[in-house]
Amino acid sequence: MLKLAWRQFIREFAHGEARVLLIALALAVASVGSVGLFAERVRLALANQANVLLGADVMVSGDRPLPDALEAEAKKRGLATTRSIRFGSMVGNPDRADAPPILSDVKAVQPGYPLRGTIRVRDGETGERSVAGLPKVGEIWIDERLANRVGGQIGTPLQVGAAQLKIGLIFKEEPEVAGNFLTMSPKILVNDADLAATQLVQPGTRASWRLHVAGAGSEAFTTWAKTQIGAGQRLDTVRELRPEVRSTLERAEQFLAMAALLSVILAAVAVALAVRSFLRRELDAAALMRCLGASRAKVWGIFSLQAILIGTCGAVFGLLGAYLGQAGLGFAMQYVSQMPLPWPSVMPALRAVAVGFVLILGFALPPLLALANVPPLKVLRRDLSAGSAWGWLVGLIALAALVGLAIWQAGDVKVGALVLGGTAALLAVSAVVSAVVISLVSKYLSKFSPALRLGLANLKRRKLATGLQLACLSLGVMSLLLLTQVSGDLFDAWRKAIPQDAPNRFLINVLPDQVAPLTDTLKQASSKQPAFYPMIRARLVQVNGKPVSSQSFTDERAKRLVDREFNLSMSSTLMAGNTITSGQWFAAGERDGLSLEDGIAKTLNVNLGDTLTFDQTGVAVTLKITSLRKVEWDSFKVNFFALAPPGSLDAMPATFITAFRAPPAPAQADALSAALSQAAPNALMIDISEIADKVQEIVGQVAKALQFVMLFALASGLLVLYAAVATTQDERKYDTAILRVLGAARAQVRKAAAMEFIVLGLLAGGLGALGATLVGAAFAKRILDVPYVGNPSIWIYGTCGAVLGVLIAGWLGVRKTLDASPLQTIRAAS
Amino acid sequence: MIALLNASTLLRADGLTKSVATADHALTIVDHVSLSVARGESLAIVGASGSGKTTLLGLLAGLDRPTSGEVFWGETALSTLDEDALAAKRAQRIGFIFQSFQLLPALTAQENVALPLELAGAKDANARADQWLTTVGLGARLHHTPRQLSGGEQQRVAIARAFVTAPELVFADEPTGNLDTKTGDEVVNLMFDLNAKAGTTLVLVTHDVKLAARCARKITLSEGKVC
Repeated sequence: MLKLAWRQFIREFAHGEARVLLIALALAVASVGSVGLFAERVRLALANQANVLLGADVMVSGDRPLPDALEAEAKKRGLATTRSIRFGSMVGNPDRADAPPILSDVKAVQPGYPLRGTIRVRDGETGERSVAGLPKVGEIWIDERLANRVGGQIGTPLQVGAAQLKIGLIFKEEPEVAGNFLTMSPKILVNDADLAATQLVQPGTRASWRLHVAGAGSEAFTTWAKTQIGAGQRLDTVRELRPEVRSTLERAEQFLAMAALLSVILAAVAVALAVRSFLRRELDAAALMRCLGASRAKVWGIFSLQAILIGTCGAVFGLLGAYLGQAGLGFAMQYVSQMPLPWPSVMPALRAVAVGFVLILGFALPPLLALANVPPLKVLRRDLSAGSAWGWLVGLIALAALVGLAIWQAGDVKVGALVLGGTAALLAVSAVVSAVVISLVSKYLSKFSPALRLGLANLKRRKLATGLQLACLSLGVMSLLLLTQVSGDLFDAWRKAIPQDAPNRFLINVLPDQVAPLTDTLKQASSKQPAFYPMIRARLVQVNGKPVSSQSFTDERAKRLVDREFNLSMSSTLMAGNTITSGQWFAAGERDGLSLEDGIAKTLNVNLGDTLTFDQTGVAVTLKITSLRKVEWDSFKVNFFALAPPGSLDAMPATFITAFRAPPAPAQADALSAALSQAAPNALMIDISEIADKVQEIVGQVAKALQFVMLFALASGLLVLYAAVATTQDERKYDTAILRVLGAARAQVRKAAAMEFIVLGLLAGGLGALGATLVGAAFAKRILDVPYVGNPSIWIYGTCGAVLGVLIAGWLGVRKTLDASPLQTIRAAS
Repeated sequence: MIALLNASTLLRADGLTKSVATADHALTIVDHVSLSVARGESLAIVGASGSGKTTLLGLLAGLDRPTSGEVFWGETALSTLDEDALAAKRAQRIGFIFQSFQLLPALTAQENVALPLELAGAKDANARADQWLTTVGLGARLHHTPRQLSGGEQQRVAIARAFVTAPELVFADEPTGNLDTKTGDEVVNLMFDLNAKAGTTLVLVTHDVKLAARCARKITLSEGKVC
């Protein structure tokens, strides 16, 4: 049987019947694989970019030296590690009596630091460059702020504890930004070997002992390490530390997921169409085998083996294509964006092979079952068809498997459900439109011109095929429009949602009587009215009247939230960038309501109606959750996880917080800092410009990545277009030959075919544009949460592109028939 | 009429009827046909287009099930066999020659002839196919695909395929229908020669009077009935 299947496969391949299917399958695997591999490389690269903010992929810190087991495990997993100790200390210039010592943020680092990112120094007036290595023994690297304040230059000795260390480098920034968010102190790096000489770290010293880990597989290490950390220790990744970075990365990944998912759908349609054409041609062979005495099982076995052989070859060629495709995409991306792309795991490649096999087996099985059931009488009566009730069931199972695979490929259930839902709706609408058009055509056929009549009659005669063609063409057009047009529009909408003038400084710890002078200072500097929000730090002590502690929760984030103080605020109005997802915003005069960010509500496992009790030094306030909010963290505005109505927390002392954008010129920015510091010496200013810049950078890189992915998906889309038109090629050839026998001129046949293609293209283009608009709008609203105004140009691109594509693909098929003798075509068909 | 079964009867049909449902009534294509064919005999079924010849052939060959009546191959009633058992019997006992040749376009002449042997699991399929192709005069065209062969040559390949399994019974459906007169004559001569040499029983459907006359016996169908 294997021999028969193999021979059939080889011959069919040489003969051309299996070739289209093999190409469709190889393209499917190549497209899914390369998009998957490339998307993973970009995802890893973006994660690495974001991890620069932390200086590592993951950081474990503790108030005591960390156990060696953590580092040993990381090393065992092939990850890069380094350690540091961070603490606060007064650092001064012993030669400058006029410059008092400054409280500085000292970090004693070991070789390898930083694992992600680089230490940047100014180079000339505007440029900057990276510096490798770490301070030599006896050397200290300080940031520009400290250099300015202590009057230090390269070579100047500074007093650090009991040791004097010479300035070896003055840096602009060092990678770890996210981890030291709440410090205003200047930063200092010293060599770990000098630590003993400073005598600053003694038993009982308040310091943070840290282990930095980075490398492929750090996610698995993070999962493991979370189970190992004990009291006084914590584990941070940049996603957990910075909600705005997490939100940006998630959205970037959702964009890439959408592209990958559409590539699966396009591939599935192309393969389904090719399988259908291929196996329909095999019906005669199956009928002959049955006539010559082959059992159903044997016929089924031969064709199943053939399908598996095609699947295997398709997978091999596809994988090769995927590898080359992603390498090409990666090379182009690196060239354009200068972003180094890490190597991906084998997972996307395996997923592509799985997609390939599910496609061939899923879509080939129903017709294969039909092949086994073909009546042997078909050798005498060609018009007999083969049907199988089981085929539908298997088809449904295949579809379910495909849906699962698509969601797996997307890596995001929400994105998967949205795109698949849109696809299903489009297929249903296509079926209805095709039925309506055919019924209208039947009714008014006589009113059209002869060429149009002939063309429309073709659509009517092949009712089922027309429906199928229209559905697949619409789907192809929708996917292409989503990838080439809508995603660009969505992307712009997302980018616009992150304002270029977003705040880049936070001012916290402002006392109530300092709000007025600070408002004046900020207003003068930026001519904008700053908004100050009260900030109350309180501990969560009860949920629904039951006392809680970190032991009450299993979720790590929940444990941490309960262990430290919550930042609560009060507001009578919903802040910009906040959307109520359930419940109601506070009514006027309401005093005990609470509005929680939906993510934190999930973490704490609380919902509307639950009560939370907060305690601040013995003063307890119980609030009932009345609404859940979605917060746009990447707006960089002041946002709170928990908001209460005005007056509800008056019993607890509050400080104030505001956000503002510092002037771009360093001199002006420094002057503003000085003015603010004078008005509120106790206030802390937090510079988030590096984080904001990083987020903008990530957004820009995702835009470039998407453009490359789209180019690749375009090839799959064009194949779908061709395969859809090719499904009716045989019938069309035969019809054309008959028309010519009956005396139709070539021009007449040509016109009729053109009319048919134009109508098909117009319908598919319109439906595809409708689908793309609706899926795009849903994606904007449900996933990205950005306003999206449909782009009218996609209707023009969709319909013109579809008409042109269908005309070209259809013409390629009909052309030969017009040139061949009609008798030859009829003989070949019969 | 009930045909009597005796030791030399290879094929027998009793009251064979085939009806199909149309939009408003049942259409009877084959109407109570009874016949018997002796071993080694050749029978021509003739009649005008639409008289039910091909449908009767399909029923006799076990490619289709009758609405009523019975077909016997030797002692075996076909209604007692399921589809796979019927296929197995066809593999052992029956050969087919079709008007449209029914060769698999992707396979060579040798592979087309060897196909029924391979489906039955024969080890020497290619050697036997070569032998039969030589017999039909295509020894030099073993590795040509149907596209590279003329209509007459394709029908010769089909004849070789029909005889390669040494069947007891060969059914032929308008074997010269797609051929010109000269080529048709050559193919008919070949088919009857092989039939005589192999002692095969031949049942053929044709509207060609000359071809029907070459058979030992003929029956004429009109509106599904033997007349």
